[in-house]
Amino acid sequence: MSNKEQLDYLDELEAEAIYILREVAGQFEKPALLFSGGKDSITLVYLALKAFRPGKFPFPLVHIDTGHNFDEAIIYRDNLIERIGEKLIVGYVQDDIDAGRVVEQKGKNASRNQLQTVTLLNTIAKHQFDACIGGARRDEEKARAKERIFSVRDEFGQWDPKRQRPELWNLYNGKIHKGENVRVFPISNWTELDVWNYIRRENIPLPSLYFSHERDVITRNGVYMAASPFLNMDEEDIVERKSVRFRTVGDMSCTAAVESYADQIDDIINEISESRISERGARMDDKVSEAAMEERKKGGYF
Amino acid sequence: MNILKFITAGSVDDGKSTLIGRLLYDSEAILVDQLEALQRANRKNDDGTIDLAILTDGLKAEREQGITIDVAYKYFQTEKRKFIIADAPGHIQYTRNMVTGASNSDLAIILIDARKGVIEQTIRHSFLVSLLGLPQVVVAVNKMDMVDFSQDVFEKIVEDYKKLAEKVGLKSVAYIPVSALKGDNIVYQSVRMPWYLGESLLPYLEAVEIPVDTQRDHGRFPVQWVVRPQTDELHDYRGYAGRVASGSLRVNDKVTILPSGFNSTISRIELAEKAPDVAVAGMSVTVHLEDDIDISRGDILVSAHNQPIVSQQIETDLCWMDTKPLDTSHTYFIQHNSKLTRCRIQEILYKVNINNLEKDYDENFKLNDIGRIIIKTADPLAFDLFQDNKANGRAILIDGRTNVTVGALMFRANAD
Repeated sequence: MSNKEQLDYLDELEAEAIYILREVAGQFEKPALLFSGGKDSITLVYLALKAFRPGKFPFPLVHIDTGHNFDEAIIYRDNLIERIGEKLIVGYVQDDIDAGRVVEQKGKNASRNQLQTVTLLNTIAKHQFDACIGGARRDEEKARAKERIFSVRDEFGQWDPKRQRPELWNLYNGKIHKGENVRVFPISNWTELDVWNYIRRENIPLPSLYFSHERDVITRNGVYMAASPFLNMDEEDIVERKSVRFRTVGDMSCTAAVESYADQIDDIINEISESRISERGARMDDKVSEAAMEERKKGGYF
Repeated sequence: MNILKFITAGSVDDGKSTLIGRLLYDSEAILVDQLEALQRANRKNDDGTIDLAILTDGLKAEREQGITIDVAYKYFQTEKRKFIIADAPGHIQYTRNMVTGASNSDLAIILIDARKGVIEQTIRHSFLVSLLGLPQVVVAVNKMDMVDFSQDVFEKIVEDYKKLAEKVGLKSVAYIPVSALKGDNIVYQSVRMPWYLGESLLPYLEAVEIPVDTQRDHGRFPVQWVVRPQTDELHDYRGYAGRVASGSLRVNDKVTILPSGFNSTISRIELAEKAPDVAVAGMSVTVHLEDDIDISRGDILVSAHNQPIVSQQIETDLCWMDTKPLDTSHTYFIQHNSKLTRCRIQEILYKVNINNLEKDYDENFKLNDIGRIIIKTADPLAFDLFQDNKANGRAILIDGRTNVTVGALMFRANAD
């Protein structure tokens, strides 16, 4: 065949992700798409548009709201939902705190990041979702490098790395017992740079947080954190005004900013191409220990 | 720029993890914080350089035991290509993991320790690569630094391997002498092996062409999902969503729908808002037909001029992947593209001893066993033979009691 007919790498990644999304639609009774407001789950939504339009999505979007959100992310979410006309289900971490199902962390590094696992599992149980589509990528972290595209979780939401099913060719086995569910990762094979290149090519709008802006920040454990009421601050914390942007968008108490003047997508792509820090390096939640992600995944994290 | 997916076959002792670590390190795919984590882990080689192997050892248990248990996928990119590495364990007890990794690869790097030459493990890995139909193999003769970068040693191994390649049916093989530990012929040309005039490993991987079958009469399009908006303005819209498995589809092509056997003509192809005239292998599209036919998930659209076999009895290679042995009295599920049906094992023909390639007439299929069987399916399957068309000639077996994937199938003949 001629080279002209060969798919470009972004076409190939897109075709694979669309294929996986359609497998979810074909194999499951009650799937859902986990939407965080970050660039990876936004990319998933745009891929789902390509997979299912002019039909409706065969699943709702599900957002686990920690209550510690960046305003920009919530505004973006609500605009997106209105524009595409799909269903949104929100699970509130605050509800689980109020009901006493989880206890808020204390101390300087307190965050609701770990609490959201409980809310996620409750939301899955309440709506009886049998598959949850997520935007995780294998290049993010070592534990993720071995996770399947269809990753089975037991009724406690746990991932057992030793009991993973063989995943052959593009034949994804979605058969599960009642109470279990499958996490599905259509962009497993994408890197951070691939996602950005795709966003540029497809002209996908993003929350303004991803672009350089002026913000009050403090320095915590060697990284910049947005100064906010959700962060436990004391007199040792010095608030500075910096030009920053976020490489991932989690909640305000666990997502670190990087100093940046990149306010256009081309600048961001250049910055990432030249940067020698991985994107999870800018997340406090992974610094805890080398095996941090693996431990959280076993407990039912995204 | 396109994607090359490759698997590295070898064991810890052959320096497989070091080879991958070296590729990532020298192509500058390792980021500063990952390097810091590497230094924190404080694993050093004897000469004090950092141990690159740790970059690919993912899970905690594996770190503790110092071995690779599962398939780990690694990503890196150069200006010429995006690479996806399936890093699979090489030991015989992890044969199923290697089969899994190979099923998701277009090329295999087979590592040979220059001091040991072609050994039992090499035979096993080469057989598996051939069984899974990988079109391209690179034999990387590693640890050349341990044999004084000797041309004679390298050439002896090449000669031995050529015999093995012929025996297992590998047609396209390249040979590169390397030292992953020292970096010779990985990314940069070795100055210590001036007698080797070929390319280093990375430049080779950047340039190697993997053939894709886009021939028009090989068109195979398994239907995954039917798009039916059923709104007022799109009342009659009915599109068949799927990914072209092989060949190509064009507007106005005559197609047959299997297993029903109805014929129709492609009226329109959609890719999001675009309407391309042609969809080639690998593309996810939505297809419209001129006639109103009842088609659902599990059906396949094929070129009317070149149709696959439709049969309920298939002679197939089997790689058994479950700890519980194959149970010939049990009815398994079989998943062939988007088609899911049930099947029974009708006959076990033979097993293959994958260390010496001899046939074995033991009927007991245990974990990691490979051999030839005949299956009978509840519904007819529309399939091609794996050797002719990989994408439509393979399937998985699922045990309905555990829902686990227990076998990989490569269809070899119609047994009806």
